[in-house]
Amino acid sequence: MSELAIDREIDRSKMKVSDEVAIEIINMNKWYGTFHVLRDINLTVNRGERIVIAGPSGSGKSTLIRCINRLEEHQAGRIIVDGTELSSDLKNIDKIRSEVGMCFQHFNLFPHLTILENCTLAPIWVRKTPKKEAVETAMHFLAKVKIPEQANKYPGQLSGGQQQRVAIARSLCMRPRIMLFDEPTSALDPEMIKEVLDTMIELAEEGMTMLCVTHEMGFARQVANRVIFMDQGQIVEQNEPEEFFNNPKSDRTKLFLSQILGH
Amino acid sequence: MSNTHADTVAFVRDTMLPQQEPPPSSVGAVGWARANLFSGWFNTILTFVSILVIGFVLYEILSWVFSPTWNAGSLRECREILSAGGEATRGACWGVIRERWIQLLFGFYPADLYWRPILAFILLGVALAPVLFADKVPSQLIWFSAIYPFLFPWLLWGGTIWGPLSALAGFVIGYFVFKALSEVTSTLIGIIAAVVAALLWWLVLSGYVVDALNSILPIGIQAVESRNFGGFMLSITIGVVAIACSLPLGIVLALGRQSDLMIVKYICVGFIEFVRGVPLITLLFVASVLLNLFLPPGTTFDIILRVLIMVTLFASAYMAEVIRGGLAALPKGQYEGADSLGLNYWQAQRLVIMPQALKISIPGIVSTFIGVFKDTTLVSIIGLLDPLGLSNAIRADSNWNGVVWELYGFIAAMFFIFCFSMSRYSMYLERKLRTGHR
Ligand SMILES: Nc1ncnc2c1ncn2[C@@H]1O[C@H](COP(=O)(O)OP(=O)(O)O)[C@@H](O)[C@H]1O
Ligand SMILES: [Mg+2]
Repeated sequence: MSELAIDREIDRSKMKVSDEVAIEIINMNKWYGTFHVLRDINLTVNRGERIVIAGPSGSGKSTLIRCINRLEEHQAGRIIVDGTELSSDLKNIDKIRSEVGMCFQHFNLFPHLTILENCTLAPIWVRKTPKKEAVETAMHFLAKVKIPEQANKYPGQLSGGQQQRVAIARSLCMRPRIMLFDEPTSALDPEMIKEVLDTMIELAEEGMTMLCVTHEMGFARQVANRVIFMDQGQIVEQNEPEEFFNNPKSDRTKLFLSQILGH
Repeated sequence: MSNTHADTVAFVRDTMLPQQEPPPSSVGAVGWARANLFSGWFNTILTFVSILVIGFVLYEILSWVFSPTWNAGSLRECREILSAGGEATRGACWGVIRERWIQLLFGFYPADLYWRPILAFILLGVALAPVLFADKVPSQLIWFSAIYPFLFPWLLWGGTIWGPLSALAGFVIGYFVFKALSEVTSTLIGIIAAVVAALLWWLVLSGYVVDALNSILPIGIQAVESRNFGGFMLSITIGVVAIACSLPLGIVLALGRQSDLMIVKYICVGFIEFVRGVPLITLLFVASVLLNLFLPPGTTFDIILRVLIMVTLFASAYMAEVIRGGLAALPKGQYEGADSLGLNYWQAQRLVIMPQALKISIPGIVSTFIGVFKDTTLVSIIGLLDPLGLSNAIRADSNWNGVVWELYGFIAAMFFIFCFSMSRYSMYLERKLRTGHR
């Protein structure tokens, strides 16, 4: 909830938004039974964008990003990821999923596998990478999230913050072009939030296309290039962070910001 | 520190306390006895009463067990030995075990071929090692485990070598059909086609091929008929086969029960609920009597094979429910984690879901195993000579008419050894597979 104290300069040299479209969502609607959970969503994400999605609980943020890699199925409209339209074709879905990384609130690491095995599983089985190469890649990314020494432990032996960094490394091992984050810090103690956010900032500095559902408004202010506010299954307002925080237009946004920032 | 006044709230510790030994009365044998046996006067009385009762029971049992009747040739001789010792007629009559233990182990299997079941069970241990103790034996041994299911029946029943080889060929055919079809169509179609092709081979073609090969190259060992099987050899054969087959079948049924495909789902639910709804005895009677009515006259369908199929189906229905419990206990996040990485359904099941679901289900799975193994004694009711069936036959002998406790005690002890080992193994496995601190 609090403002994030980022104790270093953020390197913006590689944070470039290109003209190439990474994700395109057109008139998308979704229902759970008769409950209209996402209503007429239109969103275009360009390569290199860092988008933060905010909004009250139950507003459909998770559902929206889960539709992007088909963990949930939409019923109307179109979603095009990296030029591939999401349809019911299984091959399409597996292709998109292997190119879109996702981190969850509860990490969803595989507890019966070591950290290293967690990271090499998908490259070996989905990408058919030789085991040796997969291990090298995994160690590279584990070093990047600063826990190479934990490679042979099991997830249950790590702290929450470490587990979430493993989850990020596990996604990165598939060399995704887009990363989705669903409240990656919400289940963590305050001292661990920072280590995860640091990892996410580094990712942003390398030019990764990111969609983050998060309540970390400091992160949104400093890293995002666009903040999207959702309420009742709709996009209510979107703007650059500066404008969004200092000069919100809609009453719902104002109310939400006053609650979350505690002004 | 006691001079801290109630009204001075501020407190700063200036020296940290070192770690100290616990008081001696709370550790070691004395501490243990004090905490567990003599904590309070009531528990102390209970402890002494319990020791007296246990001592009395043990005395009675042991004086019965240690009776000098090992060499007796009949129940009458036993009584004579015992009354000569002056102890009236109390005491076990172990002569029956000395005379008949071989029969209790092997039934009426030809004595000169005992080495075959013995070898089969020793090799069973070798084949199980890479499965049970994967981290302690060379991993190449798994190839032996893979061919063992074909070696095992050949050693026990004998006959031509081409029989087990053609059974193996069915799996190879199925594998290649699956390989060829799953590439071009879907995995599910591949599996169905593979099963159909393998069944076609086993039920229709393989008979002719085996006959032809056998007439060209008659390699084989002496055949033993099913009616000569008996004793623990029979129990273990039925138990091992049912256990080994019911686990994979149970996994398939449990997955089928969760399937999105309506037909698959209802076939699995129907099968599971039907089999769990009828007693095993009924299924065994169907196997021994009813099946004959439906088979074309003249076909021979081995009675042990029929029993094996029924016991396996019975066990797999229970197994499916145990595994379904394990699947239900897995958080939804595990499926999502696997999906989000791009693993397809079968990869996710094999690499992520099943290893965890099976691990959760180990106690239930092993309970089912133990139950199946003990249920093999029910085959005595349809006339197969398992240990219980044999014990009836032995008592029909006029020499041993009236011997009850010794036979049942011996059989119970043998079963206990097997079941207790399974139970201990499951505890070892649970400890070994425990990862993480939570
Ligand atoms: N599987 C589901 N079935 C039915 N309703 C659901 C399901 N998942 C979420 N919902 C409902 O959809 C709405 C949006 O949920 P969600 O996207 O998780 O919200 P957020 O992430 O913004 O808190 C909520 O009202 C929630 O109760
Ligand atoms: Mg959510």
